[in-house]
Amino acid sequence: MTLASALQVLADVRGEQVVVTTMSAAREWMSQSDHPLDFHYVPSTMGGGFSLGLGIALARPDHEVLVLNGDGCLLMNLGSLVTVAVSKSPNFTGIVIDNGNFETTGGQKLATADSPIQLADFARAARFESVCEFDSLPAWKDGVAAALAQPGPRCIILKVTTVPGDHALKPPGPMPARITAFQTALNRS
Amino acid sequence: MILGNQIETTVSELGTTHVIWLPDTTLGQWEEALERSVSFDLLRVCREGEAWPLAAGLFLGGKSPLVMMQSTGLFESGDALRNVLFDLKLPLFALIGYRSYLVEDSADTAKKFVEPILDAWGIGYELINGCDDLPKLVDHYRACQVAGKPGVGLIAEGAM
Repeated sequence: MTLASALQVLADVRGEQVVVTTMSAAREWMSQSDHPLDFHYVPSTMGGGFSLGLGIALARPDHEVLVLNGDGCLLMNLGSLVTVAVSKSPNFTGIVIDNGNFETTGGQKLATADSPIQLADFARAARFESVCEFDSLPAWKDGVAAALAQPGPRCIILKVTTVPGDHALKPPGPMPARITAFQTALNRS
Repeated sequence: MILGNQIETTVSELGTTHVIWLPDTTLGQWEEALERSVSFDLLRVCREGEAWPLAAGLFLGGKSPLVMMQSTGLFESGDALRNVLFDLKLPLFALIGYRSYLVEDSADTAKKFVEPILDAWGIGYELINGCDDLPKLVDHYRACQVAGKPGVGLIAEGAM
């Protein structure tokens, strides 16, 4: 399963959820979605995606919030799993793109790359209401709707393979204008 | 010394909806009053770097968060602060415990670097040295809001 194919599955079932993206997931999601409730957290503080998404989820309990975050990002801020789980926000879904490397900086291995550590175990230990893992495209296609229908907060791990190429991040425009557009969309929906 | 009920009243007066905190010895004495508040929710984070993007998300969602941490947490969360206050340009406000400020000739490096670092970031701050200074905090907060800029209230503390 590639990142592009994994996110296309999500794009196909996405409704009116807020989608917060960071790093490689942001780059890919920008090419697949142009929804007013997308917030591309680029540039971000690495590892801040779950925290920012939790803030939106707490502020707007009337909206489902999906956060697309990398495995390197999550490892930089493992405490955010605890903060999200303790919040018991039913409208929060954290989706972790697990490719075992820092894709945007050239594919260097993560600290966990040669270890048996599974990110899903951290989420389970933090007591997320639901934790799902998918390591193939057919399984993800079959399971996406059920995974998103589980009680929240949810954590979904997508194991993807890295595709060679230019993975540089390009901010999609001035941040203040993007924030204004996002807040306007949030207030209208 | 600022009591918990005094800070709770002041923070409520600012229209705060959420206090995001990681306490130290001094701020920690406010916990019961902050937790009891009917004006805002108290959110605990595991490390200070979480506090800024969490506050950012709340702000994007239309809330008025306030961050509370010790000066050491300010140092720890520098990149998150940089991103949220300067990339996202959000006018967030924080109360920062100024460790060892009240200890004359303290060699605590947590005291030495606070003001130079805030100056380097270009973040306006006010020293709050007791409850008589709380009106200064309110004025500074409101001035920051009007200017659309971030700001800090430095809470004078003793040793760690």
